[in-house]
Amino acid sequence: MTTSVTDTFNYKVVRQFSIMTVVWGIVGMLVGVIIAAQLLWPDLTYGIPWLSYGRLRPLHTNAVIFAFGGSALFATSYYCVQRTCQVRLFCGPLASFTFWGWTAIIVLAAITLPLGYTSGKEYAELEWPIDLLIAVVWVAYAIVFFGTIFLRKTPHIYVANWFFGAFILTVAILHIVNSAEMPVTLWPMKSYSAYAGVQDAMVQWWYGHNAVGFFLTAGFLGIMYYFVPKQAGRPIYSYRLSVVHFWALIFTYMWAGPHHLHYTALPDWTQSLGMLFSLILLAPSWGGMINGIMTLSGAWYKLREDPILKFMIVSLSFYGMSTFEGPMMSIKTVNALSHYTDWTIGHVHSGALGWVAFISIGAMYYLIPRMFGKAEMWSIRLITAHFWIATIGVVLYISAMWIAGVMQGLMWRATNPDGTLTYAFVESVKATYPFYAIRLLGGMLFLIGMFIMAWNVIRTVAAGKAFEAPIPALAPA
Amino acid sequence: MSDFTSDFWGYYVTVLTLVSIAACGVLLYVMGRMRVQRPAQKDSGQATDTTGHVWDEDLAEYNNPLPRWWMWLFYLTIVFSLVYLVLYPGLGKLPGVLGWTSSGAYASEVKEFDAKIQPLYAKYMAMDTKQVAADSQARAMGERLFLNHCAQCHGSDAGGAKGFPNLRDNDWLYGGEPGNIKESITNGRNGIMPPFGPVLGEQGVKNVAAYVRSLSGLPSDKLRAQLGKTLFDQTCAACHGLDAKGNQQIGAPNLTDAIWLYGGSEATIIETITRGRGTAGAVSRMPSHKADLDEGKIQLLTAYVWGLSNTKSVSQ
Repeated sequence: MTTSVTDTFNYKVVRQFSIMTVVWGIVGMLVGVIIAAQLLWPDLTYGIPWLSYGRLRPLHTNAVIFAFGGSALFATSYYCVQRTCQVRLFCGPLASFTFWGWTAIIVLAAITLPLGYTSGKEYAELEWPIDLLIAVVWVAYAIVFFGTIFLRKTPHIYVANWFFGAFILTVAILHIVNSAEMPVTLWPMKSYSAYAGVQDAMVQWWYGHNAVGFFLTAGFLGIMYYFVPKQAGRPIYSYRLSVVHFWALIFTYMWAGPHHLHYTALPDWTQSLGMLFSLILLAPSWGGMINGIMTLSGAWYKLREDPILKFMIVSLSFYGMSTFEGPMMSIKTVNALSHYTDWTIGHVHSGALGWVAFISIGAMYYLIPRMFGKAEMWSIRLITAHFWIATIGVVLYISAMWIAGVMQGLMWRATNPDGTLTYAFVESVKATYPFYAIRLLGGMLFLIGMFIMAWNVIRTVAAGKAFEAPIPALAPA
Repeated sequence: MSDFTSDFWGYYVTVLTLVSIAACGVLLYVMGRMRVQRPAQKDSGQATDTTGHVWDEDLAEYNNPLPRWWMWLFYLTIVFSLVYLVLYPGLGKLPGVLGWTSSGAYASEVKEFDAKIQPLYAKYMAMDTKQVAADSQARAMGERLFLNHCAQCHGSDAGGAKGFPNLRDNDWLYGGEPGNIKESITNGRNGIMPPFGPVLGEQGVKNVAAYVRSLSGLPSDKLRAQLGKTLFDQTCAACHGLDAKGNQQIGAPNLTDAIWLYGGSEATIIETITRGRGTAGAVSRMPSHKADLDEGKIQLLTAYVWGLSNTKSVSQ
């Protein structure tokens, strides 16, 4: 206990990614607010091609998932893996390369997507030279992460690292398989997918759903497993539960993709498997929620004072809600109503804002002061304000989209006794209009919360100094 | 499973699926049965309530047993899946005992619905189109069909847009009798105005444009219009006629009625003459609707569209 180690943790790369998490969060959500406004006022950007909805929408999704979410995952996984392995991050220069490489990818995305370069695959729009760069950076990430695990001083691998490890490994496979493409020209960048027809659709949604499953779920469960017990000061509720739900989750997610292709040219048997494994996925998903929420059991009073814990518990509630909603929407008959409607958008955002963003924000409020030698953020009251504004924003957003989605589904299928459709499509658009306004309001509230966070971060950083923590001696096992 | 050329893949999928579902069940069963161990503390020898592992100074884990309700939820989804796979397609080539397919379900729903509405459509098919147009129920049905199939181009009010004809003004490119309208909807139309820029030259085009505007009584340069008339009679009259009243056989518009498909400004007319319309990649086409509308629906739409500009006969 007394022998202190002179070596320090690599906080520099964590610091870089933490700050960029806040920056990219604001950028991605700002673009989201702009496209939400475009749905309300279609001529908002005067028909400028670079600012058209079709180009900004992939920029929004890429920015929030890969720039904001990705930076949060890099920051937290690098922090967690060194601290729980009690060893400095493996290969510092390579870790530094992942930061500059990932940032370069995001900047390239922000340039090429508005210019109209796209491979046309949802959540994998970036063209082939950028795809190659992603593969290289990701392999470097895997080397740094697993190298650190390999060098660990602790006898066991902490549960958060299982999830981070599964996320890193699987995303590599997903990206490489789905982005297999034949380059045609370097400039203008153009490539064609290696797959065709329904196989292409199946590979795309195998990728697409596992991007949700591994990037947005397994990775963020890793965040949850480190930061919730840390912030709550309580042990994880059940090791046993974490074992069962980890293996069941990562195994079952792989099968769920076909539920994005119900009632399409995909064969019926494939659709059935997608639906059934999505249903089986419910319990493994809830395992993570139970383990997170029950970790707080016995310390509920802390929720009253600690807004960071509020962020975390609410994120787990949204996680439980979206992972219940998802399996329900994968049931064929429910999907017949919900597919192609704004219900899907509501579902995605209850996961993306409620779960992913909330847990990331909570983790950043824990992490950022520690990166600058502070015990806590500059203002706890601003964290509380951020929490309430963001919560109201999410609730407005998703309830507007739920109502709009169910309404659209019902309007599209309504028929008159004479066999004609009761509503023309444009009537459903018109009926959705007020809900688009509520959604915009919700999104703006969420964005305002991010600006409050940015201000708090600036003050915290200004008051502190870049800090390199010494590696403490191994606790007695 | 037409993508698979060998039966092997059907069995492969079946076995893989069943093993996978069973694996979830086995994992749950084994972990649920396993006794929760409480390792003794090294120094005191007393049982701890955590697993005994510690990370990063204070991270530890309790080892509470799996929540009962959660295990039952997990088992329930597994059992549901197995039952579903017996009833519905999912295990490779096995069709499921209910014999359900998505295409079969669609076909039977359509058949059932068609049988229900068939008498109504049969009634309108037997009637003259102009009579159908006067029937208020038929008009309501026609309007619904129009809003879903035609309004995207012709507008909800059938008022048209640039390049898409107004259907209310009783001005017809291909004729306004029910037979003409039915033909337009069924087989579509492909309007082409060839480019005359190279033939007429810049000045020639301007002169013809001036003449064309003068035909509808729009202000234009008198001298140019006079020069343009000669050119018009030589080149344009072949399609639009010497009187410029057009030719419905080939869809050549009447140029004397101040109704414009692409616009009547001098600049637009010059563009139309110079570059033509519906050529060189620019589409000026009414698509054929044979494939997506059956005869009964085309009959109702024909009546509705005819009624839009024959309001007197319809309101009687």
